[in-house]
Amino acid sequence: MSGPLRILAAAAAIVAALALWLAWPDLLEPAEIDATPLDHSAEQIARGEYLARAGNCTGCHTAPGGAPFAGGRPIRTPFGDVYSTNLTPDPATGIGDWTTADFWRAMHHGRSKDGRLLYPAFPYPSYTYVTREDTDAIFAYLMSLEPVASPRIEPDLRFPYDSRLALRVWRALYFRPAELEPDAERDETWNRGAYLVEGLGHCKACHSPRGRLGGIDPDAAYAGGRLPGAGWEAPPLNPTGAMTDAEAKDLATLLATGISKRTALSGPMADVVFDSLQHLSDEDIDAIVAYVRTLPAAPPAPPSRRTFSPERYRETLARGASIYRERCADCHGANGKGKAYVYPPLAGNRLVTAPEPTNLIRNVMLGGFPPSTHGNPRPHGMPPFAHRLGAADAAAVLTYVRSAWGNAAPPVTAADVERR
Amino acid sequence: MDPRQSPDMHRTPFVLLALFAAAAAASATEHDENDIEMAERLVACATCHGEAGRSDSETYFPSIAGKPAGYLYAQLEHYRAGRRRHVIMEGLLANLSADYLREIAAYYARQEPQWTLPSLPGADARLERGRRLVEQGDPELGVPSCRECHGDRLTGIAPSIPGLVGLRPEYLSGQLGAWRTGARRAAEPDCMAEIAQRLTPADLGAVTAYIASRPLPEDHRPAEGPPSSLPLDCGVVR
Repeated sequence: MSGPLRILAAAAAIVAALALWLAWPDLLEPAEIDATPLDHSAEQIARGEYLARAGNCTGCHTAPGGAPFAGGRPIRTPFGDVYSTNLTPDPATGIGDWTTADFWRAMHHGRSKDGRLLYPAFPYPSYTYVTREDTDAIFAYLMSLEPVASPRIEPDLRFPYDSRLALRVWRALYFRPAELEPDAERDETWNRGAYLVEGLGHCKACHSPRGRLGGIDPDAAYAGGRLPGAGWEAPPLNPTGAMTDAEAKDLATLLATGISKRTALSGPMADVVFDSLQHLSDEDIDAIVAYVRTLPAAPPAPPSRRTFSPERYRETLARGASIYRERCADCHGANGKGKAYVYPPLAGNRLVTAPEPTNLIRNVMLGGFPPSTHGNPRPHGMPPFAHRLGAADAAAVLTYVRSAWGNAAPPVTAADVERR
Repeated sequence: MDPRQSPDMHRTPFVLLALFAAAAAASATEHDENDIEMAERLVACATCHGEAGRSDSETYFPSIAGKPAGYLYAQLEHYRAGRRRHVIMEGLLANLSADYLREIAAYYARQEPQWTLPSLPGADARLERGRRLVEQGDPELGVPSCRECHGDRLTGIAPSIPGLVGLRPEYLSGQLGAWRTGARRAAEPDCMAEIAQRLTPADLGAVTAYIASRPLPEDHRPAEGPPSSLPLDCGVVR
C-alpha cells in the first residue's frame, strides 16, 4: 500500500471506530421489543402507582399548577432548558398510543416511540435498571390516568448541545442499557435498596458531581453534587462511610418524614420526600438506608479558600454570637441543641458544617418548611432572614454557628451570602 | 418522639385540630390553645407578617390577620401553583399539604385585625427624601445614588443599564416593589434587588415621586458605556 493510501485507510479505520463507538448504546438495543399485554387490574395499577411514586415521576412531569403527569415543567441544565413531557394517555400529546414495549424502550434505552433519542435530563441512565415487570406496572398506572392535552415543548439548548450528534456522544460516553445484577453476598434488603437507589430513585442524578459534559464519573458517584440552576448542593450520601446504627435509624426517619432528631429537610430534597419518599413502605425506606450506608465515603473536602486573619475571625465570631443570641437562640437554643423533631440542632448538623455553605445560606436567608408528611403533617417553619439580616451580619452568624459547640467548618463571607 | 415510629400520635391531634378549625361552634378556649401552638409553628410567617399576622405599619408586607379564610387559602395555593410570584413565599409553601394550608388560613382568618396607618411624610419631606436618594444615596442604608448607575441624566448607560426618566411613576414603583419581593429579578448578583430591599417602603415611593417631578433632560439617549465602575457588584454588566 502506498503512503497516501495507507493514510486514507487509517483515517477510514478511525472514522469506522468512532462511528461504532457512537452507535454502541444503539447496538445494545433490539430492533423489536415484545409488547406485553396491558394489565388493567387494580393490583397492577396500584403497584404502578407505588413505583411511579418511588421514581418521583411527578417531580419533573408535573408543572407548577398543572395537571399531574401532564409535563411542561422546565428542567434547567447547564446546557439550556428542556421541558418534561406529557405522560398522560392523551393519544395526540401524551403517551396514549404507546405500548408497554415503547415505554420499556424509553425507560431502558432512552429512546422515544418515534425513534428520537431522549435527553438525559430524563434520568434513563438510572431508569435503565428498572425491571420490565416494573416498567409495565408503571405504564399500566399511567394509562389509568385521565388524558390531558398538553403539547410537547421544544428544548431550548445552546449550541452545540442542541445537536443529535452531541446527544450521541453523550450516550456513548455515559450510557449503556443494563440490568442490575443482584449481589449474592448481600441480603435481600440491601439488594432491594440497591435497586431503588440505583434505579427508580435515581439518587445518583443529583448526589454526584458532574463533569463538564454533565456525565457522572462512576468513581465519584454519591460524593455530592451541585444542582444545576437550583442553587442547592446535594450532599454526599454517606459522608463518613461509617454510618452508625443510630444515624441509619435517623436517616430512615428523615427520608420518611422530612425531619429527624438531627436535621430537617428543605429545598429539593424536601420536594422528593413530599412527592415520593413519604409514600414508600417502611421496608423500602429501610432498604434504601441499608444500601446507602454501604456506599463509599465522600472524599475529603478541598481546603477552604476562605481564610480570615485571627483578628477578623475573632471580631466576626463576636458579632455572630450576639446576632445568634438575639435571632436564633429562642428556637435553636443557646447550646445549639434545638428541640428534637421541632427545631433542628445546629451542633453537629452536617447541613451547618458542609464545606460549601450554600444550603445553609439559603435556609437562613429564604427560610423554609420541612415537607408536610404522614409522620409530620404540620411542620414548624424556619423564618426567612433576607429582609432582616444584611450580607455581613448573615455571614457573621453563620461563621459563628459553623464554629460553635464543637462545629469546625470554615467561615462564611458576605460575598458567599450575596452569591446565594 | 420519633414521628416515623408513632405517626398516629402526630396525626390524632392534627385531625382534632382541623375539626376545631372547621367547627363554627368551637369555643374560644380551644382556639386559644390551638393558636398558641400555631403561632409556634408559624414563626416563619410572623417574621414578615407580624405576630398573629398583624404586621406593623412600617413593614412592606401586608397584615393578614382577619382576612377571609377562603381568600388566604387561595393565595397560598396560588403561590404553590406559580399564579402569584414571590421567591420566599414559593419556597416556604412548596411542600405543605392542602390540609395544613387550610389550617394556616383558618388560623390567620380568626385573628383580630388591627391596623395602623404608616406615618407618611408630607409631600415636601417626601420629595426631599427622594431627592437625597436619587442625588446622593443613603450611606447608612448602603444605598448609592441612582445617578451612579443610571447615568448623570438618569437616561441609562449603554449597553445594559436602563434609564429611569420618561417612565410613569406607577410603573417605577411597581418594578421596585417587584424587585423587593423577588417577583422581578435580574442577572446574579442582582444589585437592584439588593438596593430595593435596603430601601424602606416609603423610600420606594419617595424615589419615584422625585424622579416623576423632574423635568426631562434634553438628550433622551443613554450615556455611552459601559460604566467604568459601579458601587455594587451587578450581574447585568458582567
